[in-house]
Amino acid sequence: MADYRQIMRDGIWENNVVMVQMLALCPLLAVTSTATNGLGMGMATTAVLLASNLVISLLRNIISNEVRIPVFILLIATIVTLVDLTMNAFLHDLHKVLGLFIPLIVTNCCILARAESFASKQSPGPAAMDGLMAGLGFTLVLVVLGGVREIIGSGTLFANASLLLGGSFSFLDMRLLDDYRGFLLMVLPSGGFLALGFLLAAKSWLDHRKADLEKAAARAAEIAAINAMNEENALEDGEKP
Amino acid sequence: MKEIKQKMAYHPILLGGIALIAGAMLVFVDAGTRGPIADRQAEDLRASLTQVVPASAYDNNLLEDTIVLHYPLEYADHVAGITFYRARLHGKAVAAAFEVIGMGYSGVIRIMMGVRSDGSIMAVRVIAHAETPGLGDKIEEAKSDWITHFATMSLEKLTRQQWAVKKDGGEFDQFSGATITPRAVVRAVHKGLAYFNAHRAEILETEAPHG
Repeated sequence: MADYRQIMRDGIWENNVVMVQMLALCPLLAVTSTATNGLGMGMATTAVLLASNLVISLLRNIISNEVRIPVFILLIATIVTLVDLTMNAFLHDLHKVLGLFIPLIVTNCCILARAESFASKQSPGPAAMDGLMAGLGFTLVLVVLGGVREIIGSGTLFANASLLLGGSFSFLDMRLLDDYRGFLLMVLPSGGFLALGFLLAAKSWLDHRKADLEKAAARAAEIAAINAMNEENALEDGEKP
Repeated sequence: MKEIKQKMAYHPILLGGIALIAGAMLVFVDAGTRGPIADRQAEDLRASLTQVVPASAYDNNLLEDTIVLHYPLEYADHVAGITFYRARLHGKAVAAAFEVIGMGYSGVIRIMMGVRSDGSIMAVRVIAHAETPGLGDKIEEAKSDWITHFATMSLEKLTRQQWAVKKDGGEFDQFSGATITPRAVVRAVHKGLAYFNAHRAEILETEAPHG
């Protein structure tokens, strides 16, 4: 029934929130000016997804079909507010950067989508797994997109990572291109769209290549089987006289 | 279970019950995080105040020695008023720090300014803005020394016309590709300084409300 491996592959790659479902593009483009911001937003969204999927799955038997959407939204909004308050209190510097976008996680349609299409029909284990994996898939895209835009846009990678992860992670904070004047376009939202386009193309290319390889492998196996069969027949023919 | 779920009353009770639990959770977490959040915000405020009034200039508690004025100032919130943080040395008011708001290219620019009791500027710093990175963000001290040119300026030192960017016949540089941002900052600082001068006695002499 619950195939955790399949959930994992779906969440991170095959049914990725951004790259396949094209959801959650607004927060994606807004915060990914640096990899650190992307990571912070991804972690906050993952926490919300995990909690909302788990809670909704636990309550799935008492939630009636008629009021399920308001109940989902109420639960998601509550969880987001809890995350917002907690981050403001304990990760204050990051909250100053992401502050504006945290309340907007409520409107992130991927959370309601996971609640409606998965968590409300599955037991808590798979639902939590699905939330975690969809969140990680989202985080992956955020970090990659943030990294690309940060390197091209300002020549750094993981700037201010220590604000997010604590002082021991300051080694992540890299200046890759010295004396780089910056490329404004990539920092602006339009650069986000551009980078996202290339990212989608790359994913599509990888998938196509994989499919082609599989097709070629299947073809080769088929040919080998036919050859083997022919050889067998030839042997049998040879034995006859 | 199935029959209960069919009843009309089940839906509002379910929704209400979950709202109640959600509300209780929020109250609980809000109570738990209110203290830390207030502490962090006070730290932020202290950090921005220290940028415009150096710690060596005063010996009182800047955060507590405040007065709120409600006279109108451009873009300021008249209901909340403008809070002046007074810096005192040996009991004598030497300066006041306060926040003014400029309307930049992409919205509000929050500016903290420190003014000496004689009406000259100690320092001006931008606390928050959403100006274009690479163009308008040169108003940040981290990006350019432009903002430091306000130091020691006063209404006596510069005429009304000189309180403008060079393009408009004033004393302050604009940035290539961004005129609206520095114009907004100069305007806001000028208005703030005029406000301080108009109400100087009230700002510096009024006793802080205790309690």
